[in-house]
Amino acid sequence: MLKVMDSAVPVACWSCSVAHNESTLFCPHCSKIQPPPGGDYFSVFGLEQRLNLDLVALETEFHRLSRKVHPDRFARLGEHEREWSLADTALLNDAYRTLKDPLRRTEYLLKLQGAEIGEEYSGKDKDGRKDPSRVPADLLEEVFELNMQLEEMRMARNAGETDPELHASLEQAKTKFDGLQSEVDNDLRQQWKVWDEGDAESRKSAEKTMVALLDRRRYLSNLVRDVTETLGAE
Amino acid sequence: MAEGRVVGIDLGTTNSLVAYMEGDSPVVIPGVDGSSLVPSVVALDPIAADGGRPTVTVGNSARKALIETPERVIYSVKRLMGRGVEEIQNELKLFPFRLADDVEAGEVPRIQLGEMRFTAPEISAYVLRQLKRNAERFFGAPVTQAVITVPAYFNDAQRQATKDAGRMAGLEVLRLVNEPTAAALAYGLDRAKEGTIAVYDFGGGTFDISILKLRDGIFEVQSTNGDTHLGGDDIDNLLLTIALDEIHAEHGVDLRSHPSAVQALRKAAIEAKIRLSQEQSASFDIELPNGDRYQREIPREVFELLIEPVLARTAAPCKQALTDAGITADQVDEVVLVGGSTRIPAVSALVDELFHLKARGKKPHTELNPDEVVALGAAVQADILAGASKSTEEMLLLDVTPLSLGIEALGGTVARIIQRNSTIPASATEHFTTGVDGQTNVAIHVVQGERELAADCRSLARFDLKGIPPMTAGLPRIEVKFLIDADGILQVSAREQRSGLAAQIEVKPTYGLTDEQVETMILDSFDHAEEDFAKRLLIEARVEAESIVSKVEASRASHAWGHLTSEEQAAIEAAITHLNAVKAGDDMKAIREATLALDKATGRLAELMMDAAVSTALRGKTMSAAGEELDDGITAPHPMAAAEFK
Repeated sequence: MLKVMDSAVPVACWSCSVAHNESTLFCPHCSKIQPPPGGDYFSVFGLEQRLNLDLVALETEFHRLSRKVHPDRFARLGEHEREWSLADTALLNDAYRTLKDPLRRTEYLLKLQGAEIGEEYSGKDKDGRKDPSRVPADLLEEVFELNMQLEEMRMARNAGETDPELHASLEQAKTKFDGLQSEVDNDLRQQWKVWDEGDAESRKSAEKTMVALLDRRRYLSNLVRDVTETLGAE
Repeated sequence: MAEGRVVGIDLGTTNSLVAYMEGDSPVVIPGVDGSSLVPSVVALDPIAADGGRPTVTVGNSARKALIETPERVIYSVKRLMGRGVEEIQNELKLFPFRLADDVEAGEVPRIQLGEMRFTAPEISAYVLRQLKRNAERFFGAPVTQAVITVPAYFNDAQRQATKDAGRMAGLEVLRLVNEPTAAALAYGLDRAKEGTIAVYDFGGGTFDISILKLRDGIFEVQSTNGDTHLGGDDIDNLLLTIALDEIHAEHGVDLRSHPSAVQALRKAAIEAKIRLSQEQSASFDIELPNGDRYQREIPREVFELLIEPVLARTAAPCKQALTDAGITADQVDEVVLVGGSTRIPAVSALVDELFHLKARGKKPHTELNPDEVVALGAAVQADILAGASKSTEEMLLLDVTPLSLGIEALGGTVARIIQRNSTIPASATEHFTTGVDGQTNVAIHVVQGERELAADCRSLARFDLKGIPPMTAGLPRIEVKFLIDADGILQVSAREQRSGLAAQIEVKPTYGLTDEQVETMILDSFDHAEEDFAKRLLIEARVEAESIVSKVEASRASHAWGHLTSEEQAAIEAAITHLNAVKAGDDMKAIREATLALDKATGRLAELMMDAAVSTALRGKTMSAAGEELDDGITAPHPMAAAEFK
């Protein structure tokens, strides 16, 4: 059943009324849990915005914070405490899920910088469809060929036939596109370094490059998924 | 806040259990009959006592009615939890669920039980109330808070229905915990393990697979998958269908129209299934209504061929869970088997193959009783929530949502807003606007599932954002926040950002009861009152005392009685006299103690009686335990029981 949440956010501590720094999870005065602090996902972990992250340290911090704010720790406390614990933990989980994944992290940071990116990295466009529109120019020919083969494969399967030659050719295509994905990932990592260490100007150009790389990456992973699904369905 | 104990409850398709944390280890609380499993069977007694609520019995006593008055008994009701009328048509073919005939589409289905009608949550509430009472009797104190387990793959409506059932039973449900995760908690308690474990949970009616990472006391679920309609029931139904068809063909009798014959046959099918886990062959021998006998031998190989398609359906969810966790089978360090169906040798063979266990010198874990492990884990989680003990203070469970959450977009497609296997609580914020000038309402359809079209997903709720200030089309900006809480249940809030007004949300859950409906279904609201509670304990103590006295008195006529020494006989007589004396009074504790004393005094009598009656391994039990089992007939396991043997 759906419940309508109360989303009012007090400025002072809801419990002891002492005003406190907004970005704190617990009131410094009375130690009670507070509503989700403002700020971005990086600040949840006390991090600056950056793309190269120490994932082991991130996980350790995620676990440490989870122990403090998780609803399990507040199950028998008052309504406010349970509500803020829920909201804080949702924020913590959303932040961790976004930051631990290199593509989601990149996309998130670019959005923070005001970049226009279609959607969260989900492989789907706004309407939930696989996005067929933006074929990277250098891949046009191969993608055309691949889609033909995929169609052939599906038709053969529906007719109850198998075509080992086609299968092998698709496997080959998959390997190739997997390789292309890794290339994009490498390129992205290089841009991370540029963005993390560069000045305002080099950041701007890195952002532009990364937006394009993410587009390409999304396109490739949709292709690979289609091929994997078609091969796997046999 | 000083509160009572928090208990852990496994509300199963076939059996239910309640457990609590005793010191450092979880323990299952037995019922009056000494058995830890309460069959999830609810029966309506023939006579409605006071014209108000009917007398309802639960568990072992209810299952006795299954063959005599099948139209007044219901079981496996978990299969109906949180489901709509049109969704349960398949269940209706295989289970003796009779829908009330005035149920309309969109309503929560009500099941006809004798002259009464109940929703699935109400039936479950009766089972939960029985468990609550067992716990209260055990502690001698009220129990009002619980952790209840659900299949990991349960959707929003199924979870909400379970929570509703808890509320109806007078329990505040502090948390819903996923069954495989609970099992991992039970296993993780006594071994400070690090690594990746898979929990393969194949129960009476549901299948779940969960993959967890253990580190520093944190149990982090990586992925989960499953099928909420796949379990031992399906195997029973296969055997049952074959028997029904063969009887029809060979003896010209169609038993399908004889509910009690079908129940007797189902009982035989289950017994055969259970035997086939131990023996190479099992046989049916059933007397038919026309006096013929149906005799059938089922060798294990035939059984395994027969159930292969059912078992195979567990493979795809396992593979998907591995893919979603981003690992291969070889990276799974341990596999834990949960649920009665994992006793079938072909099941553990399949698990072995799926996770390459033998090849890696490993074996699946079955050290904890697969029937009890989920309840034990629920007790561990209850202890974590109560914040009560040292043994669990370092433990924390981070679970995930099993299904993606999405919104129906233009063209009937789904825009996913929270991906499956996201750690919960999880949230997503979406913005909506209007399409027509002056529009003040926006309708949103929320669905759960992985398919591309909303029509293929599970409809969760439709809601209307109302009270949007009239503006040019596209100008309003309504922010809607979706939050999946720690129970895996969705909460929604909305505000219109340009006007700063909190938009009104009117929610119409696609499946499920409203708060008001749940309120009217609460059983025995007096359960909360202290004096009523004391009164009830006293009545229960008296009933228990009377039952043991009458059993012992009846046994005077037995051979066993003659084998007792005169001292033993005198001690029993003295204990009876004492119990009869205190039983008339109001001292509940004195009655309990005297009952216990009589029970102890009859220890050897019970032993002798059992030796005489059967030569089974029931030795060492006292009179009340032996009496119960003798009453039931020792060879009568619960019709859907997952095996007694270990």
